[in-house]
Amino acid sequence: MTRTASTAESRIVQIGLITLALVFLGFFLVLPLIAVFGEALKQGLPLFLEALATPDALAAIQLTLLIAAIAVPLNIVFGIAASWAITKFRFPCRNLLITFIDLPFSVSPVVSGLVFVLLFGANGWFGPWLMEHGLKVIFAVPGMVLATVFITFPFVARELIPLMLEQGKDDEEAALSLGASGWQTFWHVTLPNIRWGLLYGVLLCNARAMGEFGAVSVVSGHIRGETNTMPLHVEILYNEYDFVGAFAVASLLAGLALVTLVAKTVLEWRFDIRSGAKH
Amino acid sequence: MIRVQNITKRFGDYPALHGVDLEVQPGEFIALLGPSGSGKTTLLRIIAGLEFQDQGQVYFNDEDVSRVAVGDRRVGFVFQQYALFRHMTVAENVAFGLSVRKRKNRPAKAAIRARAEELLSLVQLEGLGKRYPGQLSGGQRQRVALARALAIEPKLLLLDEPFGALDAQVRKGLRRWLRDLHGQMGLTSIFVTHDQEEALELADRVVVMDHGRIDQIGTPEQVYMEPVTRFVSTFVGETNLLPDGRHVRPHDIALVQQGGESVLVDNVFRKGGLWRIEGVLVATGQVIEFDVDAALTPPRRGDTVEISAERWKSFPDSGT
Repeated sequence: MTRTASTAESRIVQIGLITLALVFLGFFLVLPLIAVFGEALKQGLPLFLEALATPDALAAIQLTLLIAAIAVPLNIVFGIAASWAITKFRFPCRNLLITFIDLPFSVSPVVSGLVFVLLFGANGWFGPWLMEHGLKVIFAVPGMVLATVFITFPFVARELIPLMLEQGKDDEEAALSLGASGWQTFWHVTLPNIRWGLLYGVLLCNARAMGEFGAVSVVSGHIRGETNTMPLHVEILYNEYDFVGAFAVASLLAGLALVTLVAKTVLEWRFDIRSGAKH
Repeated sequence: MIRVQNITKRFGDYPALHGVDLEVQPGEFIALLGPSGSGKTTLLRIIAGLEFQDQGQVYFNDEDVSRVAVGDRRVGFVFQQYALFRHMTVAENVAFGLSVRKRKNRPAKAAIRARAEELLSLVQLEGLGKRYPGQLSGGQRQRVALARALAIEPKLLLLDEPFGALDAQVRKGLRRWLRDLHGQMGLTSIFVTHDQEEALELADRVVVMDHGRIDQIGTPEQVYMEPVTRFVSTFVGETNLLPDGRHVRPHDIALVQQGGESVLVDNVFRKGGLWRIEGVLVATGQVIEFDVDAALTPPRRGDTVEISAERWKSFPDSGT
Protein backbone atom coordinates (compact mmCIF):
# COMPACT_ATOMS: atom_id res chain seq x y z
CA MET A 1 0.00 0.00 0.00
CA THR A 2 1.42 3.36 -0.95
CA ARG A 3 0.94 6.35 1.24
CA THR A 4 -0.56 9.24 -0.66
CA ALA A 5 -0.68 12.74 0.68
CA SER A 6 -4.43 12.77 1.14
CA THR A 7 -4.49 9.63 3.29
CA ALA A 8 -1.28 10.11 5.18
CA GLU A 9 -2.25 9.96 8.83
CA SER A 10 0.55 10.29 11.28
CA ARG A 11 2.53 7.17 12.13
CA ILE A 12 1.07 6.99 15.63
CA VAL A 13 -2.53 7.07 14.39
CA GLN A 14 -1.76 4.29 11.92
CA ILE A 15 -0.17 2.06 14.53
CA GLY A 16 -2.99 2.83 16.94
CA LEU A 17 -5.69 1.87 14.46
CA ILE A 18 -3.96 -1.32 13.42
CA THR A 19 -3.39 -2.36 17.03
CA LEU A 20 -7.00 -1.66 17.90
CA ALA A 21 -8.23 -3.78 15.00
CA LEU A 22 -5.92 -6.66 15.86
CA VAL A 23 -6.81 -6.62 19.55
CA PHE A 24 -10.49 -6.55 18.72
CA LEU A 25 -10.12 -9.39 16.25
CA GLY A 26 -8.05 -11.45 18.68
CA PHE A 27 -10.42 -10.94 21.58
CA PHE A 28 -13.69 -11.54 19.77
CA LEU A 29 -12.71 -14.07 17.11
CA VAL A 30 -9.43 -15.84 17.63
CA LEU A 31 -9.71 -16.32 21.38
CA PRO A 32 -13.19 -17.91 21.28
CA LEU A 33 -12.10 -20.16 18.43
CA ILE A 34 -9.11 -21.37 20.40
CA ALA A 35 -11.34 -21.83 23.44
CA VAL A 36 -13.77 -24.02 21.52
CA PHE A 37 -11.09 -26.36 20.23
CA GLY A 38 -9.19 -26.18 23.53
CA GLU A 39 -12.19 -27.19 25.61
CA ALA A 40 -13.15 -29.92 23.19
CA LEU A 41 -9.69 -31.49 23.32
CA LYS A 42 -9.03 -30.74 26.98
CA GLN A 43 -9.33 -34.34 28.07
CA GLY A 44 -7.64 -35.83 25.08
CA LEU A 45 -8.54 -36.90 21.58
CA PRO A 46 -10.13 -40.25 22.52
CA LEU A 47 -12.74 -38.58 24.70
CA PHE A 48 -13.36 -36.00 22.01
CA LEU A 49 -14.03 -38.69 19.42
CA GLU A 50 -16.12 -40.65 21.88
CA ALA A 51 -18.28 -37.60 22.53
CA LEU A 52 -18.89 -37.25 18.81
CA ALA A 53 -19.73 -40.92 18.43
CA THR A 54 -22.62 -40.96 20.89
CA PRO A 55 -25.93 -41.86 19.22
CA ASP A 56 -27.45 -38.49 20.08
CA ALA A 57 -24.53 -36.58 18.64
CA LEU A 58 -24.58 -38.68 15.48
CA ALA A 59 -28.33 -38.15 15.15
CA ALA A 60 -27.86 -34.39 15.55
CA ILE A 61 -25.14 -34.37 12.87
CA GLN A 62 -27.33 -36.45 10.59
CA LEU A 63 -30.35 -34.20 11.07
CA THR A 64 -28.28 -31.06 10.46
CA LEU A 65 -26.99 -32.51 7.20
CA LEU A 66 -30.49 -33.58 6.19
CA ILE A 67 -31.98 -30.15 6.84
CA ALA A 68 -29.16 -28.44 4.94
CA ALA A 69 -29.55 -30.95 2.10
CA ILE A 70 -33.20 -29.93 1.73
CA ALA A 71 -32.97 -26.22 2.51
CA VAL A 72 -29.96 -25.38 0.34
CA PRO A 73 -31.28 -26.85 -2.95
CA LEU A 74 -34.65 -25.21 -2.34
CA ASN A 75 -32.95 -21.89 -1.86
CA ILE A 76 -30.85 -22.37 -4.97
CA VAL A 77 -34.01 -22.82 -7.00
CA PHE A 78 -35.80 -19.99 -5.28
CA GLY A 79 -32.77 -17.70 -5.37
CA ILE A 80 -32.19 -18.17 -9.10
CA ALA A 81 -35.88 -17.82 -9.90
CA ALA A 82 -36.25 -14.64 -7.86
CA SER A 83 -33.07 -13.01 -9.18
CA TRP A 84 -34.00 -13.95 -12.72
CA ALA A 85 -37.45 -12.42 -12.34
CA ILE A 86 -36.13 -9.28 -10.67
CA THR A 87 -33.25 -8.62 -13.03
CA LYS A 88 -34.56 -9.72 -16.41
CA PHE A 89 -38.14 -8.46 -16.26
CA ARG A 90 -40.01 -5.40 -15.09
CA PHE A 91 -43.27 -6.10 -13.35
CA PRO A 92 -45.44 -4.49 -10.70
CA CYS A 93 -44.43 -5.30 -7.10
CA ARG A 94 -40.84 -5.84 -8.24
CA ASN A 95 -39.48 -3.62 -5.50
CA LEU A 96 -41.80 -5.25 -2.99
CA LEU A 97 -40.29 -8.63 -3.85
CA ILE A 98 -36.77 -7.25 -3.34
CA THR A 99 -37.81 -5.98 0.09
CA PHE A 100 -39.46 -9.27 1.02
CA ILE A 101 -36.36 -11.25 0.17
CA ASP A 102 -34.52 -9.32 2.85
CA LEU A 103 -37.20 -9.90 5.47
CA PRO A 104 -35.51 -12.87 7.18
CA PHE A 105 -32.46 -10.67 7.74
CA SER A 106 -34.41 -8.04 9.59
CA VAL A 107 -36.69 -10.25 11.66
CA SER A 108 -35.43 -11.91 14.83
CA PRO A 109 -35.01 -15.67 14.19
CA VAL A 110 -37.15 -16.41 17.24
CA VAL A 111 -40.02 -14.49 15.67
CA SER A 112 -39.53 -16.43 12.44
CA GLY A 113 -39.81 -19.66 14.40
CA LEU A 114 -42.89 -18.46 16.23
CA VAL A 115 -44.57 -17.60 12.93
CA PHE A 116 -44.38 -21.24 11.93
CA VAL A 117 -45.73 -22.33 15.30
CA LEU A 118 -48.64 -19.95 14.80
CA LEU A 119 -49.26 -21.34 11.34
CA PHE A 120 -48.71 -25.05 11.84
CA GLY A 121 -48.82 -25.59 15.61
CA ALA A 122 -51.63 -27.46 17.36
CA ASN A 123 -53.56 -24.22 17.84
CA GLY A 124 -52.31 -22.63 14.64
CA TRP A 125 -54.17 -21.83 11.44
CA PHE A 126 -53.42 -25.11 9.71
CA GLY A 127 -52.88 -27.09 12.93
CA PRO A 128 -56.27 -28.82 13.15
CA TRP A 129 -56.23 -29.78 9.47
CA LEU A 130 -52.72 -31.19 9.79
CA MET A 131 -53.68 -33.16 12.87
CA GLU A 132 -56.71 -34.64 11.16
CA HIS A 133 -54.44 -35.93 8.44
CA GLY A 134 -51.82 -37.16 10.90
CA LEU A 135 -49.16 -34.75 9.72
CA LYS A 136 -46.76 -33.33 12.24
CA VAL A 137 -44.91 -30.16 11.28
CA ILE A 138 -44.11 -28.36 14.50
CA PHE A 139 -41.78 -30.18 16.90
CA ALA A 140 -40.82 -32.36 13.98
CA VAL A 141 -38.39 -32.31 11.09
CA PRO A 142 -40.71 -30.62 8.51
CA GLY A 143 -41.06 -27.56 10.74
CA MET A 144 -37.32 -27.35 11.21
CA VAL A 145 -36.80 -27.53 7.47
CA LEU A 146 -39.40 -24.79 6.93
CA ALA A 147 -37.78 -22.54 9.51
CA THR A 148 -34.35 -23.11 8.00
CA VAL A 149 -35.55 -22.42 4.46
CA PHE A 150 -37.11 -19.19 5.68
CA ILE A 151 -34.01 -18.06 7.55
CA THR A 152 -31.68 -18.81 4.63
CA PHE A 153 -34.04 -17.31 2.04
CA PRO A 154 -31.94 -14.24 1.20
CA PHE A 155 -28.48 -15.72 0.86
CA VAL A 156 -28.52 -16.94 -2.73
CA ALA A 157 -30.79 -14.22 -4.11
CA ARG A 158 -28.78 -11.45 -2.46
CA GLU A 159 -25.60 -12.66 -4.16
CA LEU A 160 -27.19 -13.10 -7.55
CA ILE A 161 -29.31 -9.97 -7.93
CA PRO A 162 -26.46 -7.43 -8.08
CA LEU A 163 -24.41 -9.76 -10.27
CA MET A 164 -27.22 -10.33 -12.75
CA LEU A 165 -28.15 -6.65 -12.78
CA GLU A 166 -24.57 -5.82 -13.70
CA GLN A 167 -24.47 -8.42 -16.46
CA GLY A 168 -27.70 -7.21 -18.03
CA LYS A 169 -29.63 -9.34 -20.48
CA ASP A 170 -27.60 -8.93 -23.66
CA ASP A 171 -26.10 -12.41 -23.37
CA GLU A 172 -29.51 -14.01 -22.99
CA GLU A 173 -30.90 -12.02 -25.91
CA ALA A 174 -27.92 -13.01 -28.03
CA ALA A 175 -28.53 -16.69 -27.24
CA LEU A 176 -32.23 -16.39 -28.05
CA SER A 177 -31.50 -14.59 -31.31
CA LEU A 178 -29.24 -17.51 -32.27
CA GLY A 179 -32.17 -19.86 -31.85
CA ALA A 180 -31.55 -21.23 -28.36
CA SER A 181 -34.60 -22.19 -26.32
CA GLY A 182 -35.25 -20.61 -22.94
CA TRP A 183 -33.87 -23.65 -21.17
CA GLN A 184 -30.75 -23.81 -23.36
CA THR A 185 -30.19 -20.10 -22.76
CA PHE A 186 -30.42 -20.59 -19.02
CA TRP A 187 -28.25 -23.68 -18.98
CA HIS A 188 -25.52 -22.61 -21.43
CA VAL A 189 -25.41 -18.85 -20.90
CA THR A 190 -27.00 -17.60 -17.68
CA LEU A 191 -25.85 -20.33 -15.34
CA PRO A 192 -22.17 -20.22 -16.39
CA ASN A 193 -22.26 -16.43 -16.07
CA ILE A 194 -23.47 -16.58 -12.48
CA ARG A 195 -21.74 -19.77 -11.34
CA TRP A 196 -19.21 -18.17 -9.00
CA GLY A 197 -21.75 -15.88 -7.43
CA LEU A 198 -24.11 -18.80 -7.06
CA LEU A 199 -21.48 -20.93 -5.37
CA TYR A 200 -20.68 -18.08 -3.02
CA GLY A 201 -24.35 -17.72 -2.10
CA VAL A 202 -24.72 -21.47 -1.62
CA LEU A 203 -21.73 -21.50 0.69
CA LEU A 204 -23.14 -18.78 2.93
CA CYS A 205 -26.59 -20.34 2.75
CA ASN A 206 -25.20 -23.72 3.82
CA ALA A 207 -23.22 -22.27 6.70
CA ARG A 208 -26.32 -20.56 7.98
CA ALA A 209 -28.56 -23.60 7.43
CA MET A 210 -26.25 -25.75 9.55
CA GLY A 211 -25.61 -23.14 12.18
CA GLU A 212 -29.10 -21.69 12.68
CA PHE A 213 -30.22 -21.81 16.30
CA GLY A 214 -33.07 -19.45 17.14
CA ALA A 215 -35.80 -20.24 14.64
CA VAL A 216 -35.03 -23.94 14.61
CA SER A 217 -35.01 -24.05 18.40
CA VAL A 218 -38.55 -22.66 18.58
CA VAL A 219 -40.02 -25.29 16.24
CA SER A 220 -37.84 -28.21 17.28
CA GLY A 221 -39.21 -29.45 20.58
CA HIS A 222 -35.72 -30.63 21.51
CA ILE A 223 -36.39 -34.34 21.34
CA ARG A 224 -33.03 -36.02 21.70
CA GLY A 225 -31.95 -38.17 18.83
CA GLU A 226 -34.95 -36.98 16.82
CA THR A 227 -35.31 -33.22 16.49
CA ASN A 228 -31.97 -31.94 17.69
CA THR A 229 -29.63 -30.30 15.25
CA MET A 230 -26.00 -29.68 16.11
CA PRO A 231 -26.46 -26.19 17.57
CA LEU A 232 -29.40 -27.39 19.67
CA HIS A 233 -27.45 -30.43 20.79
CA VAL A 234 -24.58 -28.20 21.91
CA GLU A 235 -26.92 -26.21 24.10
CA ILE A 236 -28.44 -29.28 25.74
CA LEU A 237 -25.05 -30.85 26.47
CA TYR A 238 -23.75 -27.60 27.84
CA ASN A 239 -26.73 -27.20 30.16
CA GLU A 240 -26.02 -30.69 31.43
CA TYR A 241 -22.42 -29.75 32.23
CA ASP A 242 -21.13 -32.18 29.59
CA PHE A 243 -18.46 -29.70 28.48
CA VAL A 244 -16.37 -32.08 26.42
CA GLY A 245 -19.43 -33.24 24.53
CA ALA A 246 -20.74 -29.72 24.02
CA PHE A 247 -17.41 -28.38 22.81
CA ALA A 248 -16.75 -31.40 20.64
CA VAL A 249 -19.93 -30.77 18.65
CA ALA A 250 -19.28 -27.04 18.79
CA SER A 251 -15.83 -27.59 17.33
CA LEU A 252 -17.43 -29.30 14.33
CA LEU A 253 -19.53 -26.18 13.75
CA ALA A 254 -16.48 -24.01 14.20
CA GLY A 255 -14.64 -26.22 11.72
CA LEU A 256 -17.48 -25.71 9.27
CA ALA A 257 -17.11 -21.97 9.75
CA LEU A 258 -13.39 -22.16 9.03
CA VAL A 259 -13.91 -24.25 5.90
CA THR A 260 -16.57 -21.77 4.78
CA LEU A 261 -14.19 -18.90 5.37
CA VAL A 262 -11.43 -20.48 3.32
CA ALA A 263 -13.80 -21.44 0.51
CA LYS A 264 -15.25 -17.93 0.56
CA THR A 265 -11.79 -16.40 0.24
CA VAL A 266 -10.94 -18.70 -2.64
CA LEU A 267 -14.20 -17.81 -4.38
CA GLU A 268 -13.64 -14.09 -3.89
CA TRP A 269 -10.24 -14.49 -5.43
CA ARG A 270 -11.72 -16.39 -8.42
CA PHE A 271 -14.40 -13.73 -8.71
CA ASP A 272 -11.81 -11.01 -9.06
CA ILE A 273 -9.90 -12.99 -11.63
CA ARG A 274 -13.07 -13.42 -13.65
CA SER A 275 -14.19 -9.82 -13.54
CA GLY A 276 -10.63 -8.75 -14.23
CA ALA A 277 -10.52 -10.85 -17.39
CA LYS A 278 -13.97 -9.78 -18.49
CA HIS A 279 -13.01 -6.56 -20.18
CA MET B 1 -38.02 -7.61 -48.43
CA ILE B 2 -38.56 -6.25 -44.94
CA ARG B 3 -41.63 -4.13 -44.34
CA VAL B 4 -42.48 -2.33 -41.15
CA GLN B 5 -45.93 -0.84 -40.94
CA ASN B 6 -47.29 1.75 -38.54
CA ILE B 7 -45.18 0.62 -35.59
CA THR B 8 -46.02 2.22 -32.28
CA LYS B 9 -44.24 1.47 -29.02
CA ARG B 10 -44.41 2.96 -25.55
CA PHE B 11 -42.25 2.21 -22.53
CA GLY B 12 -44.58 3.08 -19.66
CA ASP B 13 -45.35 6.74 -20.18
CA TYR B 14 -42.48 7.25 -22.56
CA PRO B 15 -43.47 7.05 -26.24
CA ALA B 16 -40.59 5.44 -28.11
CA LEU B 17 -42.07 5.13 -31.61
CA HIS B 18 -45.11 6.76 -33.21
CA GLY B 19 -46.45 5.00 -36.28
CA VAL B 20 -43.20 4.22 -38.10
CA ASP B 21 -43.24 2.85 -41.68
CA LEU B 22 -40.19 1.49 -43.46
CA GLU B 23 -39.45 -0.77 -46.43
CA VAL B 24 -36.08 -2.38 -46.98
CA GLN B 25 -35.25 -4.07 -50.29
CA PRO B 26 -33.21 -7.28 -50.44
CA GLY B 27 -29.49 -6.53 -50.49
CA GLU B 28 -29.83 -3.03 -49.13
CA PHE B 29 -27.55 -1.59 -46.48
CA ILE B 30 -29.67 0.69 -44.32
CA ALA B 31 -28.60 3.08 -41.56
CA LEU B 32 -31.00 4.12 -38.81
CA LEU B 33 -29.55 7.47 -37.84
CA GLY B 34 -30.65 9.64 -34.94
CA PRO B 35 -29.71 11.06 -31.57
CA SER B 36 -30.21 9.02 -28.40
CA GLY B 37 -33.88 8.77 -27.58
CA SER B 38 -34.92 8.95 -31.23
CA GLY B 39 -36.24 5.39 -31.17
CA LYS B 40 -33.71 3.94 -33.60
CA THR B 41 -32.56 1.11 -31.36
CA THR B 42 -36.14 0.29 -30.37
CA LEU B 43 -37.06 0.01 -34.06
CA LEU B 44 -34.09 -2.29 -34.69
CA ARG B 45 -35.04 -4.47 -31.72
CA ILE B 46 -38.63 -4.68 -32.89
CA ILE B 47 -37.49 -5.79 -36.35
CA ALA B 48 -35.34 -8.42 -34.62
CA GLY B 49 -38.14 -9.60 -32.37
CA LEU B 50 -36.26 -8.69 -29.17
CA GLU B 51 -38.98 -6.17 -28.42
CA PHE B 52 -42.63 -6.27 -29.41
CA GLN B 53 -44.57 -3.32 -30.79
CA ASP B 54 -47.81 -2.12 -29.22
CA GLN B 55 -49.34 -1.57 -32.65
CA GLY B 56 -48.36 -2.19 -36.25
CA GLN B 57 -46.88 -5.09 -38.21
CA VAL B 58 -43.51 -6.41 -39.27
CA TYR B 59 -43.34 -8.39 -42.54
CA PHE B 60 -40.48 -10.50 -43.84
CA ASN B 61 -41.27 -11.18 -47.53
CA ASP B 62 -45.01 -10.62 -47.01
CA GLU B 63 -45.03 -13.02 -44.10
CA ASP B 64 -46.38 -11.36 -40.98
CA VAL B 65 -43.79 -11.98 -38.26
CA SER B 66 -45.22 -9.42 -35.84
CA ARG B 67 -45.69 -12.01 -33.10
CA VAL B 68 -42.86 -14.36 -34.05
CA ALA B 69 -40.15 -14.75 -31.40
CA VAL B 70 -36.60 -13.66 -32.12
CA GLY B 71 -35.28 -17.21 -32.35
CA ASP B 72 -37.72 -18.09 -35.13
CA ARG B 73 -37.10 -14.98 -37.24
CA ARG B 74 -33.61 -16.06 -38.25
CA VAL B 75 -32.04 -12.66 -37.98
CA GLY B 76 -28.41 -12.09 -37.13
CA PHE B 77 -28.15 -9.55 -34.35
CA VAL B 78 -24.87 -7.92 -33.34
CA PHE B 79 -25.06 -6.24 -29.96
CA GLN B 80 -23.41 -2.96 -29.13
CA GLN B 81 -21.24 -4.55 -26.44
CA TYR B 82 -21.05 -7.75 -28.55
CA ALA B 83 -22.56 -9.92 -25.78
CA LEU B 84 -20.04 -12.69 -26.41
CA PHE B 85 -20.35 -15.66 -24.07
CA ARG B 86 -17.28 -15.12 -21.94
CA HIS B 87 -17.01 -18.66 -20.62
CA MET B 88 -16.93 -20.14 -24.13
CA THR B 89 -14.04 -20.09 -26.55
CA VAL B 90 -14.27 -18.02 -29.69
CA ALA B 91 -15.02 -21.14 -31.74
CA GLU B 92 -17.74 -22.23 -29.29
CA ASN B 93 -19.26 -18.78 -29.48
CA VAL B 94 -19.40 -18.92 -33.26
CA ALA B 95 -20.78 -22.46 -33.21
CA PHE B 96 -23.44 -21.68 -30.61
CA GLY B 97 -26.28 -21.05 -33.06
CA LEU B 98 -25.67 -24.43 -34.71
CA SER B 99 -25.07 -26.46 -31.57
CA VAL B 100 -28.35 -25.41 -29.93
CA ARG B 101 -30.42 -26.62 -32.87
CA LYS B 102 -32.85 -29.46 -32.35
CA ARG B 103 -31.23 -32.80 -32.97
CA LYS B 104 -32.86 -33.45 -36.32
CA ASN B 105 -31.62 -30.13 -37.75
CA ARG B 106 -28.28 -30.12 -36.04
CA PRO B 107 -25.20 -30.78 -38.15
CA ALA B 108 -22.68 -33.33 -36.88
CA LYS B 109 -20.05 -32.13 -34.42
CA ALA B 110 -17.30 -32.17 -37.02
CA ALA B 111 -19.45 -30.22 -39.47
CA ILE B 112 -20.19 -27.58 -36.84
CA ARG B 113 -16.51 -27.28 -36.05
CA ALA B 114 -15.64 -26.92 -39.72
CA ARG B 115 -18.34 -24.29 -40.19
CA ALA B 116 -17.03 -22.29 -37.22
CA GLU B 117 -13.52 -22.41 -38.69
CA GLU B 118 -14.87 -21.26 -42.03
CA LEU B 119 -16.69 -18.33 -40.45
CA LEU B 120 -13.64 -17.37 -38.43
CA SER B 121 -11.56 -17.22 -41.55
CA LEU B 122 -14.31 -15.19 -43.21
CA VAL B 123 -13.91 -12.58 -40.47
CA GLN B 124 -10.12 -12.95 -40.65
CA LEU B 125 -9.68 -14.54 -37.24
CA GLU B 126 -8.43 -17.96 -38.32
CA GLY B 127 -6.42 -19.64 -35.61
CA LEU B 128 -7.99 -17.69 -32.76
CA GLY B 129 -10.80 -20.19 -32.18
CA LYS B 130 -9.33 -21.53 -28.94
CA ARG B 131 -9.02 -18.13 -27.29
CA TYR B 132 -11.58 -16.67 -24.93
CA PRO B 133 -13.34 -13.39 -25.73
CA GLY B 134 -11.52 -11.73 -22.82
CA GLN B 135 -8.24 -12.31 -24.65
CA LEU B 136 -9.27 -10.44 -27.79
CA SER B 137 -9.13 -6.77 -28.77
CA GLY B 138 -12.31 -4.76 -29.29
CA GLY B 139 -12.19 -5.05 -33.07
CA GLN B 140 -11.62 -8.80 -32.89
CA ARG B 141 -14.55 -9.26 -30.52
CA GLN B 142 -16.72 -7.32 -32.90
CA ARG B 143 -15.80 -9.70 -35.70
CA VAL B 144 -16.45 -12.73 -33.51
CA ALA B 145 -19.91 -11.32 -32.75
CA LEU B 146 -20.47 -10.93 -36.47
CA ALA B 147 -19.27 -14.45 -37.27
CA ARG B 148 -21.55 -15.82 -34.56
CA ALA B 149 -24.53 -13.96 -35.99
CA LEU B 150 -23.73 -15.16 -39.52
CA ALA B 151 -23.49 -18.80 -38.42
CA ILE B 152 -27.26 -19.21 -38.50
CA GLU B 153 -27.31 -17.97 -42.12
CA PRO B 154 -29.62 -15.09 -41.37
CA LYS B 155 -31.80 -13.46 -44.00
CA LEU B 156 -31.27 -10.18 -42.29
CA LEU B 157 -28.31 -8.78 -40.38
CA LEU B 158 -29.07 -6.22 -37.67
CA LEU B 159 -26.30 -4.27 -35.96
CA ASP B 160 -26.73 -2.02 -32.93
CA GLU B 161 -24.10 0.75 -32.95
CA PRO B 162 -21.60 -1.71 -34.44
CA PHE B 163 -18.62 0.62 -34.19
CA GLY B 164 -19.59 2.53 -31.08
CA ALA B 165 -17.14 0.87 -28.71
CA LEU B 166 -14.09 1.02 -30.99
CA ASP B 167 -11.40 3.62 -31.38
CA ALA B 168 -11.31 5.76 -34.49
CA GLN B 169 -8.58 3.90 -36.33
CA VAL B 170 -10.08 0.43 -35.94
CA ARG B 171 -13.52 1.81 -36.69
CA LYS B 172 -12.53 3.11 -40.09
CA GLY B 173 -11.01 -0.19 -41.17
CA LEU B 174 -13.93 -2.23 -39.91
CA ARG B 175 -16.47 -0.02 -41.64
CA ARG B 176 -15.06 -0.66 -45.05
CA TRP B 177 -14.60 -4.34 -44.26
CA LEU B 178 -18.23 -4.67 -43.13
CA ARG B 179 -19.43 -2.92 -46.26
CA ASP B 180 -17.47 -5.43 -48.40
CA LEU B 181 -18.73 -8.40 -46.39
CA HIS B 182 -22.31 -7.21 -46.79
CA GLY B 183 -21.91 -7.09 -50.56
CA GLN B 184 -19.95 -10.30 -50.82
CA MET B 185 -22.48 -12.34 -48.83
CA GLY B 186 -25.53 -10.77 -50.41
CA LEU B 187 -26.92 -9.75 -47.03
CA THR B 188 -29.68 -7.34 -46.22
CA SER B 189 -28.38 -5.25 -43.34
CA ILE B 190 -29.74 -2.59 -41.02
CA PHE B 191 -27.49 -0.81 -38.57
CA VAL B 192 -28.15 1.78 -35.91
CA THR B 193 -25.82 4.72 -35.45
CA HIS B 194 -25.77 8.20 -34.01
CA ASP B 195 -22.73 9.06 -36.12
CA GLN B 196 -23.90 10.79 -39.30
CA GLU B 197 -20.53 10.38 -40.97
CA GLU B 198 -20.74 6.62 -40.50
CA ALA B 199 -24.28 6.53 -41.88
CA LEU B 200 -23.42 8.61 -44.94
CA GLU B 201 -20.29 6.61 -45.68
CA LEU B 202 -21.73 3.11 -45.32
CA ALA B 203 -25.40 3.04 -46.12
CA ASP B 204 -27.28 2.70 -49.39
CA ARG B 205 -30.11 4.57 -47.73
CA VAL B 206 -30.22 6.53 -44.50
CA VAL B 207 -33.28 6.65 -42.27
CA VAL B 208 -33.10 9.79 -40.14
CA MET B 209 -35.10 9.49 -36.93
CA ASP B 210 -36.05 11.97 -34.26
CA HIS B 211 -38.39 11.65 -31.27
CA GLY B 212 -39.82 8.32 -32.36
CA ARG B 213 -40.58 9.40 -35.92
CA ILE B 214 -38.84 8.99 -39.25
CA ASP B 215 -38.03 12.44 -40.61
CA GLN B 216 -36.50 11.36 -43.89
CA ILE B 217 -35.52 8.25 -45.82
CA GLY B 218 -33.10 8.75 -48.65
CA THR B 219 -29.71 8.11 -50.15
CA PRO B 220 -26.82 9.75 -48.30
CA GLU B 221 -26.72 12.30 -51.12
CA GLN B 222 -30.42 13.14 -50.76
CA VAL B 223 -30.32 13.34 -46.99
CA TYR B 224 -27.32 15.63 -47.05
CA MET B 225 -28.21 17.82 -50.02
CA GLU B 226 -31.99 17.87 -49.76
CA PRO B 227 -32.93 17.61 -46.09
CA VAL B 228 -36.70 17.79 -45.71
CA THR B 229 -36.88 19.02 -42.12
CA ARG B 230 -34.92 21.39 -39.94
CA PHE B 231 -33.91 18.48 -37.80
CA VAL B 232 -32.38 16.55 -40.69
CA SER B 233 -30.59 19.64 -41.90
CA THR B 234 -28.97 20.29 -38.52
CA PHE B 235 -28.35 16.67 -37.53
CA VAL B 236 -26.87 15.43 -40.80
CA GLY B 237 -23.75 17.37 -41.66
CA GLU B 238 -22.89 20.83 -40.39
CA THR B 239 -25.33 23.67 -40.81
CA ASN B 240 -25.34 27.39 -40.07
CA LEU B 241 -28.62 28.98 -39.14
CA LEU B 242 -28.82 32.48 -40.58
CA PRO B 243 -30.94 35.14 -38.88
CA ASP B 244 -33.50 34.99 -41.68
CA GLY B 245 -34.05 31.25 -41.04
CA ARG B 246 -32.00 29.90 -43.94
CA HIS B 247 -29.88 26.78 -43.34
CA VAL B 248 -26.48 26.96 -45.01
CA ARG B 249 -23.67 24.39 -45.12
CA PRO B 250 -20.17 25.71 -44.28
CA HIS B 251 -18.98 24.94 -47.82
CA ASP B 252 -21.88 26.85 -49.35
CA ILE B 253 -20.73 30.15 -47.90
CA ALA B 254 -18.39 32.34 -49.92
CA LEU B 255 -16.41 35.43 -49.13
CA VAL B 256 -17.61 38.46 -51.08
CA GLN B 257 -16.19 41.95 -51.51
CA GLN B 258 -19.33 43.78 -50.43
CA GLY B 259 -23.06 43.47 -49.96
CA GLY B 260 -22.91 40.39 -47.76
CA GLU B 261 -23.28 39.83 -44.04
CA SER B 262 -20.40 41.08 -41.88
CA VAL B 263 -18.60 38.43 -39.86
CA LEU B 264 -15.99 39.01 -37.16
CA VAL B 265 -13.44 36.22 -37.42
CA ASP B 266 -12.70 34.36 -34.15
CA ASN B 267 -10.63 31.46 -35.28
CA VAL B 268 -9.02 30.10 -38.44
CA PHE B 269 -7.68 26.58 -38.77
CA ARG B 270 -6.86 24.00 -41.35
CA LYS B 271 -9.59 21.40 -41.89
CA GLY B 272 -8.55 18.81 -44.41
CA GLY B 273 -8.07 20.54 -47.74
CA LEU B 274 -9.82 23.74 -46.68
CA TRP B 275 -9.54 26.61 -44.25
CA ARG B 276 -12.26 26.54 -41.63
CA ILE B 277 -13.27 30.01 -40.45
CA GLU B 278 -15.20 30.43 -37.21
CA GLY B 279 -16.75 33.79 -36.43
CA VAL B 280 -19.84 35.68 -35.32
CA LEU B 281 -22.30 37.71 -37.34
CA VAL B 282 -21.69 41.33 -36.47
CA ALA B 283 -25.40 42.15 -36.72
CA THR B 284 -26.76 39.45 -34.39
CA GLY B 285 -23.82 37.78 -32.62
CA GLN B 286 -24.77 34.37 -34.08
CA VAL B 287 -21.96 31.87 -34.54
CA ILE B 288 -21.01 31.15 -38.16
CA GLU B 289 -18.68 28.50 -39.57
CA PHE B 290 -17.58 28.39 -43.17
CA ASP B 291 -14.84 27.07 -45.42
CA VAL B 292 -12.40 28.85 -47.68
CA ASP B 293 -10.38 27.22 -50.43
CA ALA B 294 -6.94 26.23 -49.18
CA ALA B 295 -5.30 27.94 -52.16
CA LEU B 296 -6.59 31.34 -51.02
CA THR B 297 -5.14 33.43 -48.23
CA PRO B 298 -7.61 33.10 -45.38
CA PRO B 299 -8.73 36.06 -43.28
CA ARG B 300 -7.02 36.45 -39.94
CA ARG B 301 -8.39 36.39 -36.45
CA GLY B 302 -9.97 39.77 -35.65
CA ASP B 303 -10.68 40.61 -39.29
CA THR B 304 -14.17 41.54 -40.36
CA VAL B 305 -15.21 39.92 -43.64
CA GLU B 306 -18.31 39.88 -45.80
CA ILE B 307 -19.97 36.58 -46.62
CA SER B 308 -22.82 35.41 -48.74
CA ALA B 309 -24.70 32.11 -48.94
CA GLU B 310 -24.54 30.38 -52.30
CA ARG B 311 -26.89 27.52 -51.56
CA TRP B 312 -29.35 27.18 -48.75
CA LYS B 313 -32.49 25.47 -47.54
CA SER B 314 -35.35 27.05 -45.73
CA PHE B 315 -38.10 25.24 -43.88
CA PRO B 316 -41.53 26.76 -43.62
CA ASP B 317 -42.56 24.53 -40.70
CA SER B 318 -42.22 26.11 -37.31
CA GLY B 319 -40.75 23.09 -35.52
CA THR B 320 -37.08 22.53 -35.06
